[in-house]
Amino acid sequence: MPHVSFTSNLRQHVACPEADVQGSTVGAALGDYFATHGLVRDYVLDEHGAVRKHMAVFVDGEMISDRERLSDPVGPRAKIWVIQALSGG
Amino acid sequence: MAERVLAATRKGLFTIERAKSGKWAITKTDFLAQNLPIVHANAAKDMIIACISHGHFGQKVHRSRDRGKTWTEVKAPAFPPLAEGEKPVVDMFGRTVPSTLQLIWAMESGGKNEDGRLWCGTIPGGLFRSDDAGETWEINRPLWDHPTRKKWSGGGADWPGIHSVCVDPRDPKHITLGISSGGVWATTDGGKTWETRCKGLRAEYMPPEQAEEPTAQDPHIVVQCPGKPDHLWIQHHNGIFRTTNAGQKWAELPSAGPSVFGFAVAVHPKDPLTAWFVPAKKDETRIPVDGKVVVTRTRDGGKTFDVLSKGLPQEHAYDITYRHALDIDSTGKSLAFGTTTGSLWISDDQGESWQTVSEHLPPVYCVRFEK
Repeated sequence: MPHVSFTSNLRQHVACPEADVQGSTVGAALGDYFATHGLVRDYVLDEHGAVRKHMAVFVDGEMISDRERLSDPVGPRAKIWVIQALSGG
Repeated sequence: MAERVLAATRKGLFTIERAKSGKWAITKTDFLAQNLPIVHANAAKDMIIACISHGHFGQKVHRSRDRGKTWTEVKAPAFPPLAEGEKPVVDMFGRTVPSTLQLIWAMESGGKNEDGRLWCGTIPGGLFRSDDAGETWEINRPLWDHPTRKKWSGGGADWPGIHSVCVDPRDPKHITLGISSGGVWATTDGGKTWETRCKGLRAEYMPPEQAEEPTAQDPHIVVQCPGKPDHLWIQHHNGIFRTTNAGQKWAELPSAGPSVFGFAVAVHPKDPLTAWFVPAKKDETRIPVDGKVVVTRTRDGGKTFDVLSKGLPQEHAYDITYRHALDIDSTGKSLAFGTTTGSLWISDDQGESWQTVSEHLPPVYCVRFEK
């Protein structure tokens, strides 16, 4: 199963333990995570479902290309990382 | 007199309380290191709403129902997605106005009998209503869809925003808004229809023929006298204005101590002729005149102004008070204001003298008495 982890900086604001998830796209995998960790969604995505401007999502070490529809594919053993973009230095 | 003041700052929420000796002191910090543009207190319900602006994680709303002892995160307002084929609004500078929440810029309770109602103003210029104390929010579509919204522009921020929500204590369906830059708007039917209330306002920064254009007006803040709700005051980008007829007509007050420029105004809760300002040098510089922090006060509706400085720094002081960072308590005796350079002063004698609470806070964005 894909595995999703979050930047430790997010943990001080909202509970976001790493977890195995289901889904073959970033959107489906994160959606599965948010189904049980609802508050986390708004910290990562904006109200229209796009990745927040200063957040980044990596799948197996590659930053995703579709930040709006989250359509990048996710393999069955993918490692998904949700981190902060280093905007602002 | 009030006993507690809340200060929302760039790095946390501070509670300031008056000791029996009369001395005010910081007694508690919440959300330390977080950026809080707005705090709202509703003493009748023991409720505090703290709004946080995360650099990475977006805008959040936290609610306390026990005067700040415990907090729960509730929903933040959310903008509706564009409809199929709908084009986003482009401002006068050719920039696309985002249709996602950028900042919470106003938070007020509804009327006395409107249990759980909150009004929230945001950047971009959205007005949201909650009827369950922030659990859920609904955007006010008549204002968001108003064709004139396309003419609003940024003032104080890149995008237009609603910073003032004045709910008429006599009739909560009568609401007056201040928008930078989009003018003063009012509804008398609870938000079903809106109209501008800008007659008499003047925007010197516009070409002369557009100086009176309603949507070009930049009211930095609009405040309403709770005891005489037809009386409102504006600290406008261009100066100080006052109305005695709920905004049907505004009168400009051309002189007010060292300067008519500033961001904040507080009006006495019962006497509509008495108001306070924290002036600054005109907008090209935005520093206190001659490096002296003063508060100006009128008791006659703006004909004359006292310049109050006792307890305030009178040399090399560069404190600026933003639009939400001056407040008055419900008795009209105590005032508090905070500044961009982290000073916070409180007066218990209507501004005659000021007590320094701190000169080392983070930049102060919003000061509110618990009332």
